[in-house]
Amino acid sequence: MPGAIYAEGLVKTFGNVTALDGVDLDVPEGTVLGLLGPNGAGKTTAVRVLTTLLQPDSGKAFVAGIDVLKHPNEVRRSIGLSGQFAAVDEYLTGRENLHMVGRLYQMNAKAAKVRAGELLDRFNLADAADRPAKTYSGGMRRRLDLAAALVVSPPVMFMDEPTTGLDPRNRQQLWEVIQELVAGGTTLLLTTQYLEEADRLAHDIAVVDHGKVIARGSSDQLKARTGGERVEVVVHQSDQLAPAREVLAGFGKGEVKTDPHTRQLTVPVTGGAKLLAEVIRELDTRGVEIDDIGLRRPTLDDVFISLTGHAAETANAEDAEDTEGADGAAKSKGRKEAGK
Amino acid sequence: MSAITDAAPAPRAGGGIAGSVRDSLVVAKRNLIRMKRIPEVVLFGLIQPIMFVVLFTYVFGGSIQVGGSLSQQSYREFLMAGIFAQTVTFATAGAGAGIADDMHKGLIDRFRSLPMARGAVLTGRTLADLAQTAVTLVVLAGVALLIGWRTHNGIPKALGAFALLLLLGYAFSWIGALIGLTVRTPEAATSGGLIWLFPLTFISNAFVDSNNLPTFFRHIAEWNPFSTTVQAARELFGNLPPGFRTPDAWPMQHAVLASVLWSVLILVVFRSLAVRKYRRAAG
Repeated sequence: MPGAIYAEGLVKTFGNVTALDGVDLDVPEGTVLGLLGPNGAGKTTAVRVLTTLLQPDSGKAFVAGIDVLKHPNEVRRSIGLSGQFAAVDEYLTGRENLHMVGRLYQMNAKAAKVRAGELLDRFNLADAADRPAKTYSGGMRRRLDLAAALVVSPPVMFMDEPTTGLDPRNRQQLWEVIQELVAGGTTLLLTTQYLEEADRLAHDIAVVDHGKVIARGSSDQLKARTGGERVEVVVHQSDQLAPAREVLAGFGKGEVKTDPHTRQLTVPVTGGAKLLAEVIRELDTRGVEIDDIGLRRPTLDDVFISLTGHAAETANAEDAEDTEGADGAAKSKGRKEAGK
Repeated sequence: MSAITDAAPAPRAGGGIAGSVRDSLVVAKRNLIRMKRIPEVVLFGLIQPIMFVVLFTYVFGGSIQVGGSLSQQSYREFLMAGIFAQTVTFATAGAGAGIADDMHKGLIDRFRSLPMARGAVLTGRTLADLAQTAVTLVVLAGVALLIGWRTHNGIPKALGAFALLLLLGYAFSWIGALIGLTVRTPEAATSGGLIWLFPLTFISNAFVDSNNLPTFFRHIAEWNPFSTTVQAARELFGNLPPGFRTPDAWPMQHAVLASVLWSVLILVVFRSLAVRKYRRAAG
């Protein structure tokens, strides 16, 4: 039984660049899949295929049990899309934007009006409801865009980097909204560059690089593969590297790496903040003077280094998506500018 | 659960001609609201043709011979249909820039992910442009009346002339839509939408008597769809100068019919090309 979002062998090339190189996805109903990867990994292309915006060269895709390639308009009734760049009409007010989207989801005028009012209240936009969206802050725009995607409470939602470029407070707010949405039973496919975001929101994570899913699993599983937490210490003087190393070796779960040049030592650990406190105490007892100490959790870069042996490359493939037709370049460039 | 997930009515099945008309009107309304909020665009759209009326009337009027007449009044009346027609075709650039802007900002993606009629985004835009063009024509006709333009065949025929002009403008806005979908940046759509309009509107009978053109240009001018509407409007307004000899070319001899045929042909061809382009307009 395929999930609410199902894809098999999706391939899409733009000119001589392969944006999707045989992507398989299966998202059970009511769960969240985080599609994690650097810019240009193919995340956006995958979302565009699944939301009927782009025809793949080959492969199968089903959303809410409907064949995306055969019945795109049926699929459109069952999905909401919230993009990387808030696609709202900036000259229309928040209310007018939502009303228009409701009408285009084929709601009647009255129902669309009522629904617009509900969403504006829910997304804390009621005060700004009758101002043109161009007067909104970035966070407000993003909320309006998300509201527009939720006009019909679609069973399946796609969010393409929903919090990219948002400040921490707005990011936090948006996460809460998304969690509430998922608690209500919505199936969600979320793309992100932030491991933290996937960690917080997704049941499952698929790591994408160069158009391929290179790893999948829960966030804990991925972290385990990445090596988990590490303690990093920078000692004050080089002659303290040796005693510090001894201390760390006692607490660590693996090899202690030493960089004499930066006077930095790194060791994989388990035990979190409590362990960190013990390490600090022990270093103090041994009279090691430290400039800096911290507990590092795996970042997207760490995941990538661990999975692929290379750091996450930014750019490239996303630029390659631009080459889809001579006209694509100008567009994507423009959208990046618009996103700033 | 909260207002996010419940209370939303299930979307009704759209589709059919009624659905298509409704979606187009929703989009047209959106574009009209935008025009209201950005009045500069409408304003500049008005200033330009008014400038042309004044420039041509007072700078060239009296130097350009139309029919057998060099009189200022004859040229003034002769000129107006040409200016009207040029004004409606300039709506092309507006439609192109608007649609390119929507692509650029990701709005087209939003529309394409909605279960709406496929051509409605473009139809809505072109209908809004048609409304804007109609307003522009009304104001321009007022200015023309002020500086002495008159019609001589009664109001129904004059209204018929305006209908032909609007039909031409509507057909041309679909060329603009196609340009906008193709170039994708508003800047390129504006210049790309305007450049070809200059030869089109100048190698015509809009500002001069085509009988006076060199043979090669005369043939182009007389078969130019744009000229046909100008000639038709002049006939209906009763603005052909005394002693004017209607060229022998078929579209000039049957200007009203030819004008309708040309406009409908342009409309059908460019509408299908634009809608097809829109469907595949994956960015």
